[in-house]
Amino acid sequence: MDAVYDQEPDPNEGAARGLNLVVCIKQVPDSAQIRVHPVTNTIMRQGVPTIINPYDLFALEEAMRLRDQYGGEVTVLSMGPPMAEEALRRALGLGADKAVLITDRRFAGADTLATSYALAAALTKLGSERPIDVVFTGKQTIDGDTAQVGPGIARRLGLEQLTYVAAIDMLDRATGEIVVRRRAEGGLQVLSSRLPCLVTVLEGVNEVRRGSIDDMLRAARAEITTWSAADAGVEDLQKCGLRGSPTVVKRVFAPTPREESAEMVAVDHKRPKQIADAVLDLIFAHQPKLEAQLEAATRREVSR
Amino acid sequence: MSQHFDAIVVGAGPAGNAAAYVMAKAGLSVLQIERGETAGAKNVQGAILYADALERIIPEFRDEAPLERHVVEQRVWLLDERSHTGMHYRSDAFNEDRPNRYTILRAPFDQWFASKVREAGAVQITDTTVTGLVRDDDNRVIGVETDRDGAPLLADVVVLGEGVNGLVGRRAGLRPELDPAHVALAVKETIFLSEEVVQERFNLEGEDDGVVIELMGDVSAGMVGTGFLYTNRESISLGVGCLLANFQETQIPAYVLLDRLKAHPSVAPLIRDGETREYVAHLIPEGGYDAIPRLAGDGWLVVGDAGQFVNSAHREGSNLAMTTGRLAAETVVALKHEGLACSAAHLARYRQALEQSFVMKDMRKYRRLPGILHNNKHLLTTYPRAISQAMQSFLRVDDVDKRAKERRMLGQFRQARGGWRHIFMDALKMARAWR
Repeated sequence: MDAVYDQEPDPNEGAARGLNLVVCIKQVPDSAQIRVHPVTNTIMRQGVPTIINPYDLFALEEAMRLRDQYGGEVTVLSMGPPMAEEALRRALGLGADKAVLITDRRFAGADTLATSYALAAALTKLGSERPIDVVFTGKQTIDGDTAQVGPGIARRLGLEQLTYVAAIDMLDRATGEIVVRRRAEGGLQVLSSRLPCLVTVLEGVNEVRRGSIDDMLRAARAEITTWSAADAGVEDLQKCGLRGSPTVVKRVFAPTPREESAEMVAVDHKRPKQIADAVLDLIFAHQPKLEAQLEAATRREVSR
Repeated sequence: MSQHFDAIVVGAGPAGNAAAYVMAKAGLSVLQIERGETAGAKNVQGAILYADALERIIPEFRDEAPLERHVVEQRVWLLDERSHTGMHYRSDAFNEDRPNRYTILRAPFDQWFASKVREAGAVQITDTTVTGLVRDDDNRVIGVETDRDGAPLLADVVVLGEGVNGLVGRRAGLRPELDPAHVALAVKETIFLSEEVVQERFNLEGEDDGVVIELMGDVSAGMVGTGFLYTNRESISLGVGCLLANFQETQIPAYVLLDRLKAHPSVAPLIRDGETREYVAHLIPEGGYDAIPRLAGDGWLVVGDAGQFVNSAHREGSNLAMTTGRLAAETVVALKHEGLACSAAHLARYRQALEQSFVMKDMRKYRRLPGILHNNKHLLTTYPRAISQAMQSFLRVDDVDKRAKERRMLGQFRQARGGWRHIFMDALKMARAWR
């Protein structure tokens, strides 16, 4: 082990020279476990476990892979209530180096416009200590599903914007070049761009690692840096939280469940042909027209 | 490099949390390792919290812990297919400043308890499974290995609060395989109902008052087992458990048992229109005193369900878990202060402390019960049915004279057990088991 360590650069030195990567993450309710209150029709958040927005995990892993390849450090940044500290701690346990939480009552009720404003301020502050090379976000969150915060940050900070990224093929800090593959309608685009940039990462593009026992211990002991709006360098409080959010929720409703439920065809000891017949019978029972059409078509075939 | 702690606690259930809390509070360096994604994610219980055991650890818990309702009424129901014969005890004396029993939901409760452990100064890591014990050349336990990359974690003592099915102790040969006759399988649904509906259906005054129903008889379909219904603030916990060995014999799936219970005419109206939010299954150690494994050795201690600490006659388990966790921790803290090593000889104080507490006294008192129930399944089936029959004939008004009715009732009773001698023997057995 010692020999390997000898050949590696001093991690602190590496951090100073290497990439400065920041991943924006959000703590969200586990949407798989959310229920809509049967009477009041509102979302019941009480008792629902929180998780790191799953798309953000792919962004975090992508950032950690760049760090592992080129050196440097990964900071996770989140805006949220004090309990969002849990999500940041979890990110540290996965292998992130530092965590910053910006939390302030005046951030509450923020839509994507206000959120990107506050995050951009915190990123500016982080960047003033050492310039940021890449800001990462997931492609969207599972609670809002807007995919607007990443682009909002890029616009505010004047960063090159690379959305829906499936892979980072190359990054050269000396020339400031980055090459990514981006999923677009109809195929993949290979894009070359300049650092610093903002990358929103697609789901499933990597396998999120399991942190080592040392990562877990470090995370458990870590003091999470917590910034208020003032600490984060937010200049205009009017642009934060509910006040800075032009989005209005007009109505929340639960979709009515479909009346028909799926029907099962038992496999038991049936042969494939029997199973196929059973499935067809079921389909035709619900779609008599389809059966008639198919029969007519078959007759035409035969008569030809 | 390996990290060293005064103590490593395996598991963040009531036993592990109690142990970790007490040691951390006393200034020891404690690492707690939980395999669930969060503390409580894997933990299952009915659940009733017995306040006293927790109060001795965290006196102010009532101000902070997520509690559902305090129990003001206890019911015991003997079921046959269509009826229940019940005993209800309700007392305003249970509406005290510091109530004795609460219904709880384990997921939020355990998360709270685990947060207290962190506040007390313990290092806590979740989503991490301890895969084995690390021993030195003298076979003393000196730490644990986990399923994560990295060096083993070392400690002066490892406290195993890993639950009924704990693999670490079993793999390490500290305790034998679970015997299906010594463990029950319980299944439970949490059924959502609004606060008002819960209060109305159980005649409850306030949002904090609760009812507990213990169910016996037909609920176990001829197996050794019982059922329960607990009122939470906005839900009902309904469950049933039977010995694993009986499930193996009868091949009745556990969910069938629960579905039967839900459809029982005495239970169905209580849960009507409820939405099932959670379905869980759990093993419960029921072997009693004689199934308790070795509890301490060089560098290790066993607490809670892993040590078979369940008093099935009184439905106690989590309180024994917390108490064993606390006593184990106090033992370790005392050894630290005295500068003594955590050797088998010194850790034997833990066993002594248990013997002096209600834990071992109660475990010993019901020593015979598991065996008797296992070999006399009829105790839980024949009598509830016979009692129900008797109630039927007693309450129906017709042209049969009362003396004839009484004779018939006694006849039915005798017939149910095939003679008075058997009934006398059953009574004797139970009396001896209870003594």
